[in-house]
Amino acid sequence: MAYDLKKEVNKKDRLAGGHRLCAGCGAGITVRTVLRALKEEDKAVVGNATSCLEVSTFMYPYTAYEDSYIHTAFENAAATMSGVEAAYNVLKRKGKIQDTFKFIVFGGDGGTYDIGFQSLSGALERGHDMVYVCYDNEAYMNTGIQRSSSTPRFADATTSPAGISLPGKQQNKKDLTAIVAAHGSPYVAQTTFLGNMKDLHEKAYKAIYTPGATFLNVLSPCPRGWRYEAENLPEICKLAVETCVWPMFEVEDGVWRLTYEPKKKLPVEEFLSKQGRFAHMFKPGNEWTIEETQKYVDKKWEELLYKCSRNA
Amino acid sequence: MIRDRLSGNAAVALAMKQINPDVVGAFPITPSTEIPEHFSQYVADGEVGTEFIAVESEHSAMSTCIGASAAGARAMTASSSAGLAYMYELLYVAASMRLPIVMTVANRALSGPININNDHSDSMGARDSGWIQMYAETNQEAYDNLIQAVIISERSRLPVMCCQDGFITSHGVSNIELLEDEVVREFVGEYEPENYLLKHENPLAVGPYGTSPYYMEVKREQAQAMKDSMPIILDVGRKYAELTGRSYKFFEEYMMDDADVAIVVMGSSAGTGKEAVDRLRAEGQRVGLIKLRTFRPFPRRPLAAAMCKVKAVAIMDKAESFSNSGGPLFNEARNSLYDLPAKPFAINYIYGLGGRDIRVEDYYNIFKELYIVLENDDPSDVYRYVGVRDSRFVDEEQRMVKEVYRPGAAKSYGQNREEYEV
Repeated sequence: MAYDLKKEVNKKDRLAGGHRLCAGCGAGITVRTVLRALKEEDKAVVGNATSCLEVSTFMYPYTAYEDSYIHTAFENAAATMSGVEAAYNVLKRKGKIQDTFKFIVFGGDGGTYDIGFQSLSGALERGHDMVYVCYDNEAYMNTGIQRSSSTPRFADATTSPAGISLPGKQQNKKDLTAIVAAHGSPYVAQTTFLGNMKDLHEKAYKAIYTPGATFLNVLSPCPRGWRYEAENLPEICKLAVETCVWPMFEVEDGVWRLTYEPKKKLPVEEFLSKQGRFAHMFKPGNEWTIEETQKYVDKKWEELLYKCSRNA
Repeated sequence: MIRDRLSGNAAVALAMKQINPDVVGAFPITPSTEIPEHFSQYVADGEVGTEFIAVESEHSAMSTCIGASAAGARAMTASSSAGLAYMYELLYVAASMRLPIVMTVANRALSGPININNDHSDSMGARDSGWIQMYAETNQEAYDNLIQAVIISERSRLPVMCCQDGFITSHGVSNIELLEDEVVREFVGEYEPENYLLKHENPLAVGPYGTSPYYMEVKREQAQAMKDSMPIILDVGRKYAELTGRSYKFFEEYMMDDADVAIVVMGSSAGTGKEAVDRLRAEGQRVGLIKLRTFRPFPRRPLAAAMCKVKAVAIMDKAESFSNSGGPLFNEARNSLYDLPAKPFAINYIYGLGGRDIRVEDYYNIFKELYIVLENDDPSDVYRYVGVRDSRFVDEEQRMVKEVYRPGAAKSYGQNREEYEV
């Protein structure tokens, strides 16, 4: 099935317009694109961890979702959907349901990397037939840009501020996609918005239609937290990929594969300099922070190439 | 009717098998561990059609139940103590979504210090979460309550917590009368919710962001549902009595008709209390007992009417709430008396924390103290402990009341009143 953007965007949107997300926010793009990968005849239950996405798309009495939707709390979206999926299995067995339902959970990095990590790990291990999509914007944006374990080193966040003594967050970003892959999930992928969205669309399709608990980690920038102009969102995503800060890959039945390899790996400054959260790194005396970032990105990229080469 | 000998946990697990719920999400914790153990064996042996989700925590157990129930399935779980505490946030969510989840609880003390034995601090901590709460004295009642809870829950659209005392009831083996599987299945029927996530006709969205213009109405409706559950509880109790001959209401009155003084108590300690009543009755003392079954909804008016049959009541709390004004049952039960023109003295006894035994002799002392209250026509300090090494509080409050807040008001207040007499 060849990907055709024009055809895809002419499908009925399953996330309706009029939701309250910011202009230039990655979360809505992630949700729309993932839901577009559903077969039109299939029904879905969308799950959601408490997040910007949740408060912006389901403010009583309005829902932006064309499909059934459930939100319960911040830290338990995967467990909540486990219950929905279990109910589906038993009701289907009893003949009470004829439709085909797919189960898709959206959580931010707070609800996924941090407070919802245990719930996610449990659901992955139990292997419920569902997709967990992390829209990763690298901080707790809903409460006002506090650092998360996904926030990259040196980023200026409101609980890891750049100050006179400390240049932003002290720790590197947690490698959640690798941790999820280590659960033995049948399909795990990392992606973002690139070009005509083919990569995200195809990975979403695979994740939705691969039986078992699958996972997508989608870098979904936040204009407020990252401090960029809304129209620069595609450029930021492209630079994240071209600098190898956010490599595009998938892990299918344990086999690691790069899905995009930059022709010429750009220096990290190209990505960092476009965002206010890294502005302090470019002040005189802080050159070392950029060097450290480059070293870390290089190391992680080499590790990834090694994982992918072993399966070649 | 089948006669058997079962522990409370085995009885509850058997009731779950007979109910045959769609989804059970559970995590083991002493002393309710045997319930998911027994139940997963029923699943393994194909005796139920349930999806059993062996979750990684109680938090996820309640989350899976919420997901399953919202999706249109009949969902159940079991827990105790820290496990129940770990669910607290989701208990409120379940109730606000009006999901008929049934949870069986083997009550156990909360940490710390860590303790595996019985008291009611776990479920008392969840008393304001919007769940119906029923307490059982025996394994028979634990079994009977759970079967009734399914209907009560689905008709009231409120989740129900069925409590039994950890170890005392959960592990104590005693005689029990069971219903046949088909009888239970017919009694609970099929769960046919009006709206659910997997409904073919239309999608459903649950768990919104409820802003101030909407939030309060949701809470008001929950409060109304709790009130509306009262006739449902009585109706289901009546129907269950037709089936079994065992009748259930909000509370049981034991030797209350001509009693002078009475105990108000929940759970297994009522059994010991009844023994004390019997022995004292044999000596000619007119003592009685009220065993409360439903703590939520709190049967405010009927309970007040029952307590008013006597001149003094001892209200027994197997939980401390550190409120400086007694335990949770005491505060609500005494509150229910306030509007009555003539009311009994009401004394609170905190007892049995962390599995401390309450003996027949302890009840003798409590009844003796009630008679002293009547004799003195003065309740003295109403906030008391029983069965503890140091039962008298060091009480500076009276001095404060007298000297700081309302000089003169401390008169006849508290057991040290001579010292502070105005």
